[in-house]
Amino acid sequence: MTFPRTGALLILMPLAAAALAFAWPGHGRALARISAAAMTAALAALTREIMAHGVQMHRVGGWGAPLGIELRADGLGVFMLIIAALIGVAVTLYSPSYFASRQPESAPAKHNDSRQNTPSRQAAPPTAKSRDEDGQPHRTRYFWPLFLFLWTALNALFLSADIFNLYVALELLGFGAVTLVALAGGHEALTAAMRYLWVSLAASLFYLLGVALVYGRCATVDLPSLASKAQPGPALWVALALMTGGLAAKAALFPMHFWLPPAHANAPAPVSALLSALVVKGPVYILLRLWFEAFHGLITPAATHALGALGAAAILWGSVRALVQPRLKLLVAYSTVAQLGYVFLLFPLAASPESGLAAWSGGLMFLGAHACAKTAIFLTAGNILHAAGHDRIRDLDGITHALPISAFAFGLAGLSLVGLPPSSGFAGKWMLLSASLAQGQWWWIAVILAGSLLAAAYVLRVLTHAFTRVPNPLTPKPVPPVMEWTALALAVAAVGLGFAAHGAAELLQVGAPNAVASRDNNGPPAKPASAQPQPQTPPEIRRLDSCPESTLPGAARPPHEPSPPDRTAHPGAAQRTPGPKGGHELSEAGVQPRRAAICLARQARRRSAGGWSA
Amino acid sequence: MPDAGPEIYLLAGVALFVTGVDSLLAQSHPLRRIMALNVMGSGVFLVFITLAARTPGAVPDPVPHAMVLTGIVVSVCATGLALALADRLPPATGKTRLEHRPDTPNSPPDRRKEEGE
Repeated sequence: MTFPRTGALLILMPLAAAALAFAWPGHGRALARISAAAMTAALAALTREIMAHGVQMHRVGGWGAPLGIELRADGLGVFMLIIAALIGVAVTLYSPSYFASRQPESAPAKHNDSRQNTPSRQAAPPTAKSRDEDGQPHRTRYFWPLFLFLWTALNALFLSADIFNLYVALELLGFGAVTLVALAGGHEALTAAMRYLWVSLAASLFYLLGVALVYGRCATVDLPSLASKAQPGPALWVALALMTGGLAAKAALFPMHFWLPPAHANAPAPVSALLSALVVKGPVYILLRLWFEAFHGLITPAATHALGALGAAAILWGSVRALVQPRLKLLVAYSTVAQLGYVFLLFPLAASPESGLAAWSGGLMFLGAHACAKTAIFLTAGNILHAAGHDRIRDLDGITHALPISAFAFGLAGLSLVGLPPSSGFAGKWMLLSASLAQGQWWWIAVILAGSLLAAAYVLRVLTHAFTRVPNPLTPKPVPPVMEWTALALAVAAVGLGFAAHGAAELLQVGAPNAVASRDNNGPPAKPASAQPQPQTPPEIRRLDSCPESTLPGAARPPHEPSPPDRTAHPGAAQRTPGPKGGHELSEAGVQPRRAAICLARQARRRSAGGWSA
Repeated sequence: MPDAGPEIYLLAGVALFVTGVDSLLAQSHPLRRIMALNVMGSGVFLVFITLAARTPGAVPDPVPHAMVLTGIVVSVCATGLALALADRLPPATGKTRLEHRPDTPNSPPDRRKEEGE
């Protein structure tokens, strides 16, 4: 199967499944499984295709850019699609057992305030049970259609190639997310959902007003055409400011993060996982597209540093707030605010002429790491809530005895959140740190390190309670094995992605924005050839390891770069991006920084794999 | 109105948008907020329509019209969702009807509670 078909399947399959699951509520689970399997297969085919042939474009219905809708699959988009699929599959596996369990989610939240000062270590009050009789079928009835709808919106977002289409996908994403938050029922969840809806709708309208101004100025909304047409000027600056403001509110960037913790903490656990791992990443993805692709000509260093400063503030503020939360899910939600801050450090670092691509890959690696780790942690929190009936951190003593697998999953995922060596969180942070070092922007280093320490503190705060030996441990409700193992699988993925950093960096280079790639001519920074080839390294890896010098034998073309005959030999690709956007248009100057990023990814991996002590 | 020029419509659209933002921040009643969002949306659509006719005398550009139509569909869905959610709110909070929260004109209510924890 080739691109237009795989792309259409990625959007239409979950949409059709959502409609069917709505009409036949009894089959929601089966429909979700079938579409998850089909989407995974389509995504695998799509990934292979763009790795081999570069960026793929398709005009829907044969209508081209100014009038019609175009779908595009490039490295960044496919990377995000893969993360979405990973989380989506995990949620598909986890949710049936979760919703089948009888414990209502909103009950512990309700009793939280009155009980947090009491020293007793009892389980949740017995009144909790009476609430779930009417809520439970309702939740299972609507979860599957809404979940599949959310997945549709995400896939559409990551395949869209124009800013108006991105608006529609973003709005769909917001609708799905708000409704899923409301699914938990109860006062807290509904109030949180309502507030989330205000922020989401207002932010979308800010973005849409920006789109209107852009169209008035450039007469196009197509991302590649905008890159060539956008000239600096007051109208476009206002437009970009409006769009950035709206998207930052949706992405819960620091001063506008107030809606996120209650919304994410009060939703059912699989929903919290989806929101933290994927939904907030949607607006971040659009921001990357706007700042580095469409409007790169307008971006000034001051603007990127302002965004980076907000990210830094988010790291510090979110981490400190996470430290003082009484409930596990609130702690995790504040941790999301903090971890999103790291992704915003990408803006000042990747926009710099030196080692931009390393920062770009590092920030996105971090984004993927956070998605996996945060899903694992929210699913673990769901398990704890299921077993103990509450998620008050101070009363979690001895939970390890009851849920050893979940506790292990929490520890592994925490490793990635903190950014300790073997994990993907480490690989991402390492690349960000290297870029900051190379560019002399030492203040980001201080923020990254402080954030890591704070993350270690809040992760350890939970683990200390969990591993405390108590004389009479609780006798918790048994947790279905699939719930524990799914959480563990994602935690392992969060660590394991660190070993796949090379593959991810290579994928991200397909069609990487010119803004990051082509100005990056100075070779990799800071990390000179401390990299001696290790004995066990296979030869094709060593070839990349021996960077940074451009003297690599036979490495003038990276392996993903297609040879010219491929372009015409491929009937599925209706059109490829012309000009500087396509990954296949690499010049010799562009190849070197790409290799540099791969090299950094390798170094990070090798350090985590064993070279760390050296 | 050929003598008015497009600027006045543009300014009117922006004014509507700003009015909507102001009401959204100042009002706490869900219905008022829903109306505020709709006013904001109308402002954006007016800007789109004005920009479609920016060349005097020429045929208006149809693309912004299509975008406004799409935007209206999205806005109707959003209004429906917000109304449905607002309708569920009173039973869940134990009240009989939607109420203003005079004590929290600007800031979201749960934020204070969360900080009080």
